[in-house]
Amino acid sequence: MSDRLAVRKTYKLFIGGAFPRSESGRSYVVTDAKGRFVANASHASRKDARDAVTAARKAFGGWSGRTAYNRGQILYRVAEVLEGRAAQFVDELRQTGVTKPQAVAQVDAAIDRWVWYAGWADKLAAVAGSANPVSGPFFNFSTPEPTGVVAVVAPDSPLLGLVSVVAPAIVSGNTAVVVASEPAPLPAVTLAEVLATSDLPGGVVNILTGRRAELAPWLASHMDVNALDLAGVGADAVAALEEAAAGNLKRVVRPGDIDWADEPGTARMTAFLETKTVWHPVGV
Amino acid sequence: MVFEYAPAPESRDVVDIRASYGLFIGGEFTDGHGDPFKSINPADETVLAEIATANAADVDRAVKAARTAFDKVWGPMPGRERAKYLYRIARILQERARELAVLESIDNGKPIRESRDVDVPLAAAHFFYHAGWADKLGHAGFGADPRPIGVAGQVIPWNFPLLMLAWKIAPALACGNTVVLKPAETTPLTALLFADICRQADLPPGVVNIVTGAGDTGRLLVEHEGVGKVAFTGSTEVGRLIARSAAGTGKKLTLELGGKAANIVYDDAPLDQAVEGIVNGIFFNQGHVCCAGSRLLVQETIADELLDRLKARMATLRIGDPLDKNTDVGAINSAEQLERIRALAAVGEQEGAERWSPPCELPERGFWFAPTVFTGVSQSHRVVQEEIFGPVLSALTFRTPDEAVAKANNTPYGLSAGIWTEKGSRMLWTAERLRAGVVWANTFNKFDPASPFGGYKESGFGREGGRHGLEAYLDV
Repeated sequence: MSDRLAVRKTYKLFIGGAFPRSESGRSYVVTDAKGRFVANASHASRKDARDAVTAARKAFGGWSGRTAYNRGQILYRVAEVLEGRAAQFVDELRQTGVTKPQAVAQVDAAIDRWVWYAGWADKLAAVAGSANPVSGPFFNFSTPEPTGVVAVVAPDSPLLGLVSVVAPAIVSGNTAVVVASEPAPLPAVTLAEVLATSDLPGGVVNILTGRRAELAPWLASHMDVNALDLAGVGADAVAALEEAAAGNLKRVVRPGDIDWADEPGTARMTAFLETKTVWHPVGV
Repeated sequence: MVFEYAPAPESRDVVDIRASYGLFIGGEFTDGHGDPFKSINPADETVLAEIATANAADVDRAVKAARTAFDKVWGPMPGRERAKYLYRIARILQERARELAVLESIDNGKPIRESRDVDVPLAAAHFFYHAGWADKLGHAGFGADPRPIGVAGQVIPWNFPLLMLAWKIAPALACGNTVVLKPAETTPLTALLFADICRQADLPPGVVNIVTGAGDTGRLLVEHEGVGKVAFTGSTEVGRLIARSAAGTGKKLTLELGGKAANIVYDDAPLDQAVEGIVNGIFFNQGHVCCAGSRLLVQETIADELLDRLKARMATLRIGDPLDKNTDVGAINSAEQLERIRALAAVGEQEGAERWSPPCELPERGFWFAPTVFTGVSQSHRVVQEEIFGPVLSALTFRTPDEAVAKANNTPYGLSAGIWTEKGSRMLWTAERLRAGVVWANTFNKFDPASPFGGYKESGFGREGGRHGLEAYLDV
């Protein structure tokens, strides 16, 4: 055994492409499955959540304005970098109590999931859009567009669940503010490091660690958030968050009984799309 | 020499309005147990009929009738059979088109030209279009065998009473749901006539139920636990209340709410066509249109000329008897709405905007408001910010396309927008950047059952019409 003392990582928030600590100066202890200390994670505040929304809004125009091909390439790049970090994710998942084969399987599934979503970028409009046969001399077409800033309360599946809610939100051009799993936030911070080094513009994904019950209500009621994914919210908290979301008529995805290993389908992507229909007369 | 228009009134003889109407539940007209109300003709303030109000027990009865029909008849029925019922309804709407158009104009105040040429044909088209989906839902992109939700509770506004009914009922039935629909309290008559059309079509009892009443009845309906799907068209304010009440219930919800559409006119636009589009955008249906083009954004270099032409065109609008086939602008739907329009227009003047209406004589009785345009306004004026839902246009200017887009999007709403330019790339560039669910380029206020309609942001969520509209009524 080496005498060398390991260099530990400081787990911080990911906002606007940077890694700040919580402005509140707070942290909370993350333990492994046996209750042993692993790290101090940042305990994000309301102010951090608001900063993250600001960063996400700022990034929206640029990200949604990229070509679908370009977004697909960047998402694929994320998968490439994920692959290179696989061992680190396996270690972090093992700390949550899963066996090594289970952890490897989850990391593989998460990378494959990301690749799957990357390929959707330049196909969504063909599948979700249409040319509409209206009864008159008009060209009429419908295209899907991103709804804007999506707040995501990630599920406790710390990596596969996380990528299964982040990728569908951003692939179409939305930007996201993500509240990581509360008991197992470390893979989310490591994912942030992947995102930061994958040509993903800063602010497209912002990741907060901390208390869901503290952060989710602020995001649900935030007037500059367009949609809300409640994947990681307990059944008892849904009604209040939906009610808060009604303030500016957010699009809400309710939590469901989901096995994150299952084939996801398109519903999580289409939930954060708007359909725009354009009419133009036809004539000479 | 000036040629005057001779009156060209449509005959009222084709409609037979009963003295009183009950609730249409389980295929029968039954008594309501709330306090009845009166529907009046907004063009002359005469009482048309007394209408029952559904109380909690009545709404419960209607939802149960719809549930029974869903479980026993409509749910199990093959799509191809449902389709034939909807085709029948579409045909009967066409057969009784004149009766429906006249009744709509009497109850709503809209010009017969619009009810005859827009509302009723489109309502029939919605049933015809959705009929064809009923046995093809597996091809709509929502899975191989998408299931209906159950009972849909639907609340519709007074601006397009029959058309909104069609937008709500046709897709709900095509997807295999049964419905309880509440028409607006100022315009219930065509919905009650539609009940008779359901009977003529031999639609199984309970598949369509119509409950009348004011906001309380609507609240009872959308909050009823037997309702699995809530569809609402109306104000953003009420939409928010409904979204709050549905929180945590698991009900599927679609909302089509308010708007404050920008109508952008670039300096290369064909001005006469643009003027027609502006007039159609804001004065169609007295401006009682959620997607009305109520904010004119005109490029500075052509602003004076465009406004001159617009005012000249406004001076030729004929305001008056909704049943006169020459009428362009009819009556405001209710005293309450007239008061709201007057109040907001007064605020416009108080805030320093310049108000202009063409010289026109308004009838003495009834609810009337002359077509109005405000100039000298900025983004912060309330007439620019708030949905007036009347024949009131605010005209602003812009210099660059970026400014036009920024101003157009500077609203919590996002329902519709208009673009006028001869340059295709500029049109598409602008359309791409407008945060609105429907963009009309070199046209305005066009609707079609094949064309998805619905808003971004606080104009609501969900789409009506087209393949996209089916999702609202399927358990997906």
